[in-house]
Amino acid sequence: MNKMHWLDPGYDRANYPEKRSDGSFVVDKASQKFVKIWQGPNHPGVTGNMSIELTVSGDEIIEAKTHVGYLHRGFEKLFERRKYIQVFPTCIRMCVAEPDYNEYNLAAGVEELGGIEIPEAASWLRTLVLEMARLQSLLRVVPGQGGTTGLGIGVQWGVYLRDLILDRFEELTGGRVYHMFIIPGGVRGLLPSGFRKRMKENLADIDEFIGNIDKVMFNNAVFKKRTVGVGIIDPSWVDSYGIVGPNARAAGFKRDVRKDYPYLKYKELDFDPQTATESDIYTRSRIRWHDLIMTVDLIRQILDKIPDQGDIRAKTPNVLHWKLPKGETYVRSESSRGEYGFYMVSDGSAYPRRINLRGPSYTHAVSLLEKMLIGANIADVASIMVSLQTCPPEIER
Amino acid sequence: MKKIIDKIGYKFNLSEIQYQRDNLTFFTIDKESVVQMLTYLRDYEGFSHFVLMTAVDWIEDGLFQLTYILNNPKEKVDIGIRTVILREKAEMTTAHHLWNQVATYQRELKEMFGIHFPGSPRINEPFLLEGWDDIPPMRRDFDTKKYSEETYFPRPGRKTHDPAEYMKQKLYPNE
Repeated sequence: MNKMHWLDPGYDRANYPEKRSDGSFVVDKASQKFVKIWQGPNHPGVTGNMSIELTVSGDEIIEAKTHVGYLHRGFEKLFERRKYIQVFPTCIRMCVAEPDYNEYNLAAGVEELGGIEIPEAASWLRTLVLEMARLQSLLRVVPGQGGTTGLGIGVQWGVYLRDLILDRFEELTGGRVYHMFIIPGGVRGLLPSGFRKRMKENLADIDEFIGNIDKVMFNNAVFKKRTVGVGIIDPSWVDSYGIVGPNARAAGFKRDVRKDYPYLKYKELDFDPQTATESDIYTRSRIRWHDLIMTVDLIRQILDKIPDQGDIRAKTPNVLHWKLPKGETYVRSESSRGEYGFYMVSDGSAYPRRINLRGPSYTHAVSLLEKMLIGANIADVASIMVSLQTCPPEIER
Repeated sequence: MKKIIDKIGYKFNLSEIQYQRDNLTFFTIDKESVVQMLTYLRDYEGFSHFVLMTAVDWIEDGLFQLTYILNNPKEKVDIGIRTVILREKAEMTTAHHLWNQVATYQRELKEMFGIHFPGSPRINEPFLLEGWDDIPPMRRDFDTKKYSEETYFPRPGRKTHDPAEYMKQKLYPNE
């Protein structure tokens, strides 16, 4: 241990705390030089119901542990006692920010195990709903990154525009946050009349927002100072920590489920996910900003191609007596946070044997965040966490 | 996909091969070969992305099925590795040294299914449930309904009204 007092001449702050040969810090809690701080579960800088137990030396983080369990509702256990159609309104609650990916994954898994093909119009409508879900999520998270450094104006713009998209969701599905639209076998309805026009008006507003947030946030000196070069993800961590989505793309890995494993109508759409190599908070935020532009463009393409008429439901057995053949599968889709998958096992009965969610936050918010916070400043914890776009409900399903 | 499976088949004893999709195959191997297989697939076959790891309780057979899903980002294919362990002696070799996130999955499996992974970091730390003293809740013999009936109950002093009757009395007390 470094026994020098800080008033001694030659005392160097950089030598304390002492490092072991493997790079970890010597934490002698009895020395009273370390403080434990809990960030969350009630904290404006925490994205949901989780907390981080921080051990700090001065304002530098020496050790971080993620604690979850404040929101555990036992969904995966509940699924085992419910028929597939009863799982459908339950599973969406696993992620509040983007519930539609749960609906889609469940429906896709059930259809794959049951050997059902969905009609063309249903496929287009599903693509639209998934992109709208991504849009409303990005409208929160892109300006939300500015919010962690005290730039609140973008958040207010984003909340307003997200509300407009929720209005469109309400028009299309009847629900604002939880939609229950993508049911096994198809979707629940066609586009209402006038939907296209209203959606395009909203997209024009979002276009303006995209330009404004670029000026106000990405060119803001304070935002740049707080985010450039902070919270770096080393490219070698991408595979060893299971990093996916925008976090992987910002580290130079072009990974997007929509491109790599095209589902629904993504093969017929023209888009190109952006990558970067700087891999800091600023770059991840910038990648999400590019995603926002891409999503707006995708919705415009979908609106032009989506049919007004046609079958929206495949013929399925009576949902109350629907038994899937014995088997298992893994289905995935690209949420705004990255690969979002369901592992489903059927034992041939009317009830699923096991449905397991693979959410990006499971790795991002636990093992990766614990690693990234070491050596960071306390003030940067919220920024780093938001830049990973963590969503605690998908850790504790 | 079949080529990769054939190649793996030369080195390991695979059974119950299930070609689920063009890019997804499941197979079963014995529990002793799992870590060896994961290492081989990661280091020689390009399956560098660890997708997930979970357990399925086959209580009627007295078995736990452990499933590991690996992804090859270059070839864009997935492999699901299944293995079975006895419910009574629920213990499995740890794979935390291969991918950093595996320790978290193993910690959750220890808590939710009671499957032990000796040597896995922080394996005995609670993940979601603090102070849990019942059987692991994701085991199928854990009765959720019984637990909730024993644990949660209506607060004393609360009264329930039939809405129709209540409104009738409130609006038309003399009728």
